[in-house]
Amino acid sequence: MANHALGAPRLTGPQPVPKKEVTETAAQAVPLLKPVRSELPDRIFSLAMLGCGLCVLALVGLIIYELITKSQLSWHAFGWKFFFQSEWDPVNNQFGALPFVYGTLVSSFLALLLAVPLAVGVAVFITEMSPRWLRSPLAFTTELLAAIPSVIYGLWAIFVLVPLLREYVEPWLGKYLGWTGLFEGAPYGIGMLAAGIILAIMVVPIVSSITREVMVAVPQQQREAVLALGATRWEMIRTGVLRNARAGILGGIILGLGRALGETMAVTMVIGNRPDIAKSLFAPGYTMASVIANEFSEATGDTYLAALVEVGLALFLLTIIVNILAQILVWTVTRGQPARAN
Amino acid sequence: MAASGITARMEQFGAAPISIYRRAMNGFVTLAAAGAVVLVLTPLLAIFGYLVYKGIGSINLAFLTQTPKPVGEVGGGMANAIAGTALILLLASIIGVPIGIGAGIYLAEYGRNRLGNLIRFTADVLNGVPSIIVGIVAYGIVVLTQGHFSALAGGVALGIMMIPTITRATEEMLLLVPNAVREAAYGLGVSRWRTTLSITLRTATSGVITGVMLAFARVAGETAPLLFTAFGNQYWNWNINQPTAALSLQIYTYAISPFDDWHRQAWAGALILIVLIVAAVSAVRFAASRGTLKGAN
Repeated sequence: MANHALGAPRLTGPQPVPKKEVTETAAQAVPLLKPVRSELPDRIFSLAMLGCGLCVLALVGLIIYELITKSQLSWHAFGWKFFFQSEWDPVNNQFGALPFVYGTLVSSFLALLLAVPLAVGVAVFITEMSPRWLRSPLAFTTELLAAIPSVIYGLWAIFVLVPLLREYVEPWLGKYLGWTGLFEGAPYGIGMLAAGIILAIMVVPIVSSITREVMVAVPQQQREAVLALGATRWEMIRTGVLRNARAGILGGIILGLGRALGETMAVTMVIGNRPDIAKSLFAPGYTMASVIANEFSEATGDTYLAALVEVGLALFLLTIIVNILAQILVWTVTRGQPARAN
Repeated sequence: MAASGITARMEQFGAAPISIYRRAMNGFVTLAAAGAVVLVLTPLLAIFGYLVYKGIGSINLAFLTQTPKPVGEVGGGMANAIAGTALILLLASIIGVPIGIGAGIYLAEYGRNRLGNLIRFTADVLNGVPSIIVGIVAYGIVVLTQGHFSALAGGVALGIMMIPTITRATEEMLLLVPNAVREAAYGLGVSRWRTTLSITLRTATSGVITGVMLAFARVAGETAPLLFTAFGNQYWNWNINQPTAALSLQIYTYAISPFDDWHRQAWAGALILIVLIVAAVSAVRFAASRGTLKGAN
């Protein structure tokens, strides 16, 4: 920042007098210094770059503006009730988003429940346990999971995961855990459980890559100090690494949550798309992103469209809050301020 | 530094032996972590395995050169969808790459102030916006204005999604360029804009390209924002103002259809899409491993 000041600011700003001095008197002392050129191109360039930067601001502003103005109709018709009613009836113009909010939250939390232990395990293995030569390939392969498009996850889930759940996993769960009420009903395969599992697979690389990042940021001395006290490797990881990195790991988990909340295609393809609130995870559900994906281009009637945009607005706000929270948490660890142990 | 080795050595020096419980716990956690790796890699292998197994037999000349057949007829291909994806990605790059790089230059070279922080924060927010929301916005600003679905609308949606990734990557790479390089240029009397473009950006070229490719790979398989922007099409289309097919859309439509032949083609399309994306990501990995500042020479 100080270095930028060295070269540039001197060239900006109207300074016609020193310019002449440079060309005439200082030319001998500093032979390489050519006459200072016109400042106009510099100014145009910096303005153009500023314009690009402002574009980013404008885009987010535009997103918020579009979502708010296009959902007005539904907001005026239903108000806050919109989020607490479970009736979604386009024919009679009755719209309540509760089943979608429920589906989004349940599928996302289910995904986190499955993904977090795995992701942290993977991160621990890669950073602390694996042989050096295996580290980079493992990191690359897990990150490859993040590069697979959501529609391909969905395709795989429809033809591989869902039949597997229907034939083996769900009957087994129903038989032994059916009494909990979470696993009862006919095992269709398609439903909340399938959506949660496919989301978990998609969230693991995000959580594990952030976890790895913050674990690497923990100073090596921490590990050495704990080991020197006679700790086993696991005790070292638990007290020396995980405890110091926990805020960042939590940030990674929340970032994963943000991804799960907004995920559309894979979930739409396996969740069953029925706006019901059911206790059983075998039952079909619906998420906020799925209902937009399925019904937006077929929405007839202004209120219908506005209701869908309002669902979008709610989803937008939810993911933004979650993401900002995550950024702050990751930031506290990677900016060299380890979380205090209590 | 294997901990077991360390504990063994400690015992050599007469330290108290580690209790069986602590050893067992250590071993259990090590096994559990290795198990987690296996469990995470299983779906990856399963997905790639299935893609290759199901897809490779369905990729033939017809698939790559023909348009879809009407419902019920066997055969046909996804040629128009492959071309459509290329068209939409081209439009997205035209929109996203210059703005993304420009904003990155602003952040790195001029953005050490409050406005810069605000833009940096906003770029991160934009990065977290669900793709389906971007689709709604592109629908609002392009489709409603034009009055119909179009490739342009799809390009705008994907372009918006490319910007934050490219911005942050460009900024990061430009900040890696040593200030001495800039100062050397200033010292020779080179103007600031020229320094930024021909010296700084040039030096960081491979890093910036990495960012662009990552953004490209990220949006190449996007489906949600195209559902109500590009919309899809059964025919050849090169007009950016008309609805256009895309590989990802076609995979989605075919996957949820009840026809076996369409399922077969969905797998083939998915294989082509993943090869495209993995090639892009691997190229990035390769370029990145050769040093971020390679563009210097």
